[in-house]
Amino acid sequence: MKQTRVVEFGTGMFVLLGFASLFFLILKTTDVQSDIRGETYEITARFENVGDLKLRAPVTMAGVTIGRVTAISFDSERLEALVTMRIAEKFDKIPSDTDASILTAGLIGGQYIGLSPGFSEEYLADNSEIQITHSALVLENLIGKFLVKLGEGG
Amino acid sequence: MNRLFVDLWYAFRNFLETFGAMQLFLLRILAYSPKTLFTRFRLISHEIYSIGAMSLVIILVCGLFVGMVLGLQGYDTLSQFGAEEGLGTAVALSLLKELGPVLTALLFAGRAGTALAAEIGLMRATDQLSAMELMAVDPVRRVVVPHFLGGAISLPLLTAIFNMVALFGAYIIGVSMMGVDSGAFWSQMRPYVEVADVMEGVVKSIVFGVAVSVLAVFEGYNAFPTAEGVSRATTRTVVISAIVVLILDFMITAILI
Repeated sequence: MKQTRVVEFGTGMFVLLGFASLFFLILKTTDVQSDIRGETYEITARFENVGDLKLRAPVTMAGVTIGRVTAISFDSERLEALVTMRIAEKFDKIPSDTDASILTAGLIGGQYIGLSPGFSEEYLADNSEIQITHSALVLENLIGKFLVKLGEGG
Repeated sequence: MNRLFVDLWYAFRNFLETFGAMQLFLLRILAYSPKTLFTRFRLISHEIYSIGAMSLVIILVCGLFVGMVLGLQGYDTLSQFGAEEGLGTAVALSLLKELGPVLTALLFAGRAGTALAAEIGLMRATDQLSAMELMAVDPVRRVVVPHFLGGAISLPLLTAIFNMVALFGAYIIGVSMMGVDSGAFWSQMRPYVEVADVMEGVVKSIVFGVAVSVLAVFEGYNAFPTAEGVSRATTRTVVISAIVVLILDFMITAILI
């Protein structure tokens, strides 16, 4: 009888430990924790160039993540990139003349969308579009501009 | 020359026959599995104890040292680029996606796979399996399926434990000894490690668990009923498990990547 109880105790502990480890790994190594939870609303923005912006890239305002990129597609009529993002419902006081830029985290970090607020009294709602956007900086273009400047002797 | 081709052909046919027999054996086990899981849970839980819980020591010790060596090597390499902060990311990704599942499966084949094969092989050699058949007890259902399920359930759990311990091993070396910032170690992995990466490891460990367990019980069940036959079955279990795990690892990575 005692032997069986040791076995059962050991099995239970082992299974518990295994699942606890898996749970710990998911929570600690990935960013599911900081994921946007609960109600969200969708806004879009058109960029001339999205650089290497990826799905699920953070959308930040004043450096704080308030949403995520959910889709990146190509608008074949206006020949621009159409980026769809979901913003948490609790941040519903974003002025409608807010502008969006694609920024890079650190020197070799991933790219994210930074929103800087405007002054309008109207707020972005579901399916609204951000009008003012700044494209990602592409290193080759920068160097090209620099070389042109240099050539002009400026 | 002709002789060589005939030999090769027979070797190939032999291989295919064993391979096919193993697939059929796996199908048979899987067909009995759901029912066994509910009606004979006590048998399975006993196997999880003797296969899984008893393998904890080797998994914990090996995991700790694998993590520590990853921390040391990773730090040494990354510091040449001044990117020590990326240590957490490098260690977490290599562990979760590759090293954790593969090393745990290899250790598991050595620690538990051999035990499974030897136990069932010895039951075959001492006619215990035939005795069960005489009593109208199906040895596959009574012995093989619980052993298989115990192994297949234990390996994914052991892999998760291995990963966690190894991560702490890397933390001990990287943060406590080499002075990587503790916050950077944990926070740097978050943007780069996706839930899909963790799941890739989980999928691998489940597949490895099924593969190693079915190999072990198959070899044991079909062992020659002699002392030599049992020893050959245990050896084959380890050798074939190692080969199969590494081949499957490549195939799953190629599919999931």
